[in-house]
Amino acid sequence: MVASDIVITETGRKPAGFYVPVVAAAGAFFGVFVGAANGSTLMGLLGGAVILAVLAFVLVDVLGTGQEKAGRWGSIALFAVAGMLLGGVPGLVVGGLAGWFFGWFAYWVGFNRYRAKLVPYLTSGQVLWYYTFRVICGVIFFFLIAPIVVVMPLSFNAENFFTFTPEMLRFDPEGYSFKHYRDFFNNPDWQQALWNSVRIAPVATILSVSFGTLAAIGLSQPHVPFRRAIMAILISPMIVPLIISAAGMYFFYSRLGLQGTYWGVVLAHAVLGIPFVIITVTATLVGFDRSLTRAAANMGANPVTTFFRVQMPLILPGVISGGLFAFITSFDEVVVVLFVGSAGQKTLPWQMFTGLREQISPTILAVATILVGISIALLTTVELLRRRSERLRGMSPG
Amino acid sequence: MSDAATDPDKIEGPTPDNALRAADQAARPEKVLAADGTPLKRSLNRALRMQKMRALLLIAPLLLFVLLTFIAPIADMLFRSVENQIVSTTLPRTTAALGNWDASQDPVPDETVFEALYYDMFLAAEAKEHTKLGTRLNYEETGISSLFRSSGRKLDDIGEDRIDALEDLNETWEDAAFWFALMSGPEGGEKDAALLDAQRERMAELSGHSYSGDIGFAPAAAISALLPRATRAYTAFAIFTAIDDGDVVAEEEPWEAVKIALSEDLRDPDSISALEDYSGPGAAELRAAQPVMADMPPLDFRQAFLDIDEDWGDTDNWQTIQIYSPSYTSGYFLNAVDMEKTPDGPQFRDEKERIYWLLLKRTLFMSLVITGSCILLGYPVAWILANLPMRTANLLMILVLLPFWTSLLVRTSAWKVMLQQQGVINDVLVWLGLVDDSARLIMINNQFGTIVAMTHILLPFMILPMYSVMQTIPPSYLRAAKSLGATNWTAFWRVYFPQSVPGIGAGSILVFILSIGYYITPEIVGGTTGTFISNRIAYHISSSLNWGLAAALGTILLAVVLILYWAYDKIVGIDNVKLG
Repeated sequence: MVASDIVITETGRKPAGFYVPVVAAAGAFFGVFVGAANGSTLMGLLGGAVILAVLAFVLVDVLGTGQEKAGRWGSIALFAVAGMLLGGVPGLVVGGLAGWFFGWFAYWVGFNRYRAKLVPYLTSGQVLWYYTFRVICGVIFFFLIAPIVVVMPLSFNAENFFTFTPEMLRFDPEGYSFKHYRDFFNNPDWQQALWNSVRIAPVATILSVSFGTLAAIGLSQPHVPFRRAIMAILISPMIVPLIISAAGMYFFYSRLGLQGTYWGVVLAHAVLGIPFVIITVTATLVGFDRSLTRAAANMGANPVTTFFRVQMPLILPGVISGGLFAFITSFDEVVVVLFVGSAGQKTLPWQMFTGLREQISPTILAVATILVGISIALLTTVELLRRRSERLRGMSPG
Repeated sequence: MSDAATDPDKIEGPTPDNALRAADQAARPEKVLAADGTPLKRSLNRALRMQKMRALLLIAPLLLFVLLTFIAPIADMLFRSVENQIVSTTLPRTTAALGNWDASQDPVPDETVFEALYYDMFLAAEAKEHTKLGTRLNYEETGISSLFRSSGRKLDDIGEDRIDALEDLNETWEDAAFWFALMSGPEGGEKDAALLDAQRERMAELSGHSYSGDIGFAPAAAISALLPRATRAYTAFAIFTAIDDGDVVAEEEPWEAVKIALSEDLRDPDSISALEDYSGPGAAELRAAQPVMADMPPLDFRQAFLDIDEDWGDTDNWQTIQIYSPSYTSGYFLNAVDMEKTPDGPQFRDEKERIYWLLLKRTLFMSLVITGSCILLGYPVAWILANLPMRTANLLMILVLLPFWTSLLVRTSAWKVMLQQQGVINDVLVWLGLVDDSARLIMINNQFGTIVAMTHILLPFMILPMYSVMQTIPPSYLRAAKSLGATNWTAFWRVYFPQSVPGIGAGSILVFILSIGYYITPEIVGGTTGTFISNRIAYHISSSLNWGLAAALGTILLAVVLILYWAYDKIVGIDNVKLG
C-alpha cells in the first residue's frame, strides 16, 4: 500500500460542467433535511443546490488553489452564520461542520484530488465504487459505535428522560448534571449490586484461571489421549446457550442446596469463564518453546521451579488476558445469576436488567457509561498484553 | 532437539556404536535393550504412558470441575425432561389399581381404584404433597389442580358414621396409647420389619426426604397378618408422626384413615375367621367391634369421592392419571412440539393452541435473518480491515472491538434508548421532518427491534472470523485476475469470494449458535412478537413452574445447538476459535 502523502495520479482543475453538478447534488441532499426541518422540503432542495453550485464555482474557479485556505474558512463562516440564524447554537455547530465539509468537498471534487491516491488506470466507475464502498463501510462502523457513543452524553441528562432534551441540544449547562452518577453512588440498591459484582467476579476469575491454566498446559503436551473430546467438553460452556446452562444449573444446584448462595454463583461463573482461559492460554502455548523447560531441567530445576521461573513468565500475558476475559464474562453475566442467585447475590447487570424491564431511571445510563469506561481500560490492557506476548515469543529461541 | 549430525544413534555407517549394535542384534535378534536392561519398546511405551498420565493429571482437576458444575446440571436437565415419578410416588396404589382399567369399557374406574385413592390421597394430604401432584397434572388437564386441592381438605369426612359407631362402642378407640399397644403387639413379640421398611421407603419417595431413624414403633407381625390395611395405615401414620411432626407415636391419636382401614379389615371374611385365634393386646375390643362393623352398610368410596367433587367421575381426569402413571414420560417433549398424550397415542393439539412450533419457527427465522444481516454488514467491514494499511486497520479495529468488549446490557440499553418512540432515532427523524411527530415509528418491542439490536450485538462475532480468514488471502490474486482480463465483479466473485467462504461459514455458525439461544436482548426489546424460545424456557422456570416442559424445550434447543457445534468443529475446529 501507499504512504499517505504520495500522489500517484496527477491532480488538476476539472471542468466546471463536472464539479458544479456534483457539489450541487450534494447540496440538494443536505438542503432537503434543512428544508424539511424548517418547513419546505422543495425550497431546501432547490436552495441547497443553487447555493452549493455557486459556492463550488467561487471556490474552485474564482479563488482556486492560491486562496484555498481563505475560501475554506469563508465557507465555514458562511454556513455557521446561516445555521445560527436558522437553529440557534446547535444550528451553529451543524452549520460549521457542514461548511467545513463542503469547503473540503468542493476542492476535492473540483481539483480531481479524489484520484490522487488511486492508480491512474482506474475507470471513473471504479473510482465511484471505491468511494461508495468506503461510505458504506463508514456507515457500518457508525452503526457499530453509535449506540455506545449516544449513551455517554445522555447519562449527563438533567432530566429523567432517555433522550436528548432541548436544553442539552442548546448546550445549555442547565441541561446537564451529574445527578444520575450521584444516584448511582448514593443508592443502596446500586451500591449493593456493585459490591456483589466485585465480590463474585474476582473469585470466579481466580478459580477459572488456576484450573484453566493447568489444563491448558496439559492439553498442549504432545501426547494427550482423547484431546478432541476433552477440548469439546471444556469449550462447551461457551457454546451451550446461557439459558440452558442457567436452567440446568438452577435445577441441579437446588438439589445440592447451592441455589441462591454466593458459592453457587461463583462456581457457575467460574465454569462460564473457563473456555476463554483455555482458548487464550493454549493459543499462547502454541508458540512456547519446549526446549526451554528441558534446558531448565537439565540445569537442575525441578518441575515446580521450571514452571514458575521459566514457563509462567513467558505465558503470563496469555494467562492474564484469559483472566480478563473470564473476569468480564462474570462481571457482565446476567442470565445465569438471574436463576442461580437470589436477591442476596444481585449483581450490577442484574440490577440493570431489572431497571431496563421496569424502566425505573436513567441511572442505568450512568452505570452503562462507567462500564464502557471499564471495557475501554480492559481492551487496552488486553491489546498491550498481546503485543508483549508477541514480543516475548519473538525473543525466545527456536 | 537432538541434531542428526551429532546424535550417535542417528549416524549411519561403520562407527563403534553401530558395530556394537549390529553385534547385539546378531546375538539377540529383535530385542533392543534400553540402558537399564528392559526392552527398548517397553521402555518407550512406559515413557509415553508417563507422558500421557502427566498430561491427563494436569487436565483432570478442570475436567472434573466442568463435569460437576456444568455437565452434571445439563444431564440433570435432560433427566428432568422425561422424569415423571411424582404420579406413581404420590398415588402408588391407585396407579397400580388403574393398570387394569379400560376407559372404553367403563367410563369411571371401579371401587378398588377409589379405595386405593382414598388411602393414597390421605397420606399425600397429610404430607401436603397432593397439591404438587395436582399442579403437575394440571399442566396436562386443566382443572385437576383444584380437584386435588379441594378433595384433600374433605377427605376426613369420608366414612364418618363408621368412626362414630366405633367410638360410640368403646371410648378406648379414641385413646392413642391403646392404639399403640394394639399395633405394637405383646412385649418382645415378633415384629413385621418388612412392612416398616416398605412404608419408610414409600414415604421417602412421597416427600423426597429420608425417613430413616428410630420412630419408637414397630408393627407386630401378628396384627399385621390379622389387620393388613389398618397396620399399613398405622405404620405410615407412626413414621409421619415421629419424623415429620417430631411427636411421640404413643401419644397421638391415629388418623381417620387408620380407623376406616380397621373397619374395612373387620368386615373382611379372612380377618373375621382369624380373629377367633387372636390373643394379643386389644383382642377383646376387636371382637366387640367386629360384629358392629360387619353390620354397617358397605362404604362406597366411589360415591364418597363423587360427593366431594363430581369431577372424580370425569373420564378425562382418570385417563390423564392413567397416562401419566409411568415413572418416565415423553409427555413434556410432546408438549414442547405442540402434541399431547391421549389414550389413542400422541396427537397434535388444536391449531390455535400450537404455540411452541410457532415459537421455534420464529426463533429459527429470526436467527437466520440476524445471521444474514451480520454477513451483509460484516463482509465489507472485514474486507476493508483486511485490505487497509496496518495502522489504519488497527485504528478501525477498535471500533469493532469496543462493542465486543462492552457489556451486553450496556448495548441493549443503548438500543432501548435509540429505538423507543421518544428515543434518539425517532427524535432525529422528526427533527429532519422525515416522520411526523404524531406518527413516530414503532421500532421497539417487536421483531424489528430484536433483529436490529441483536445484529449489532453479534456483528463483531461475524467480523472477527471473517477478518482472520481474509487476512490470509494475498491481494495479488485479485490483481492477477484483473490483469488476465477479469472484470471487477468476476475477479471478486470467482477469485476472492471462494477463498473467503471459510470465514463466512465460521462466522455464520458462531452467530447462529449465539443468536438461537439469546435471552436478555429479546426479553428487553422483543415485546411479545420478538421473543425467542429461550424466553419461553425462562417463563416456565420462573413463572409457570412447569420445569419439565422447560427442560424439554431446553433439550430440543440444546440438540439444535449441539448439531451446529459439531458442524462448527468439523468445518472450523474448536481449537481455531480466536478472541480479539
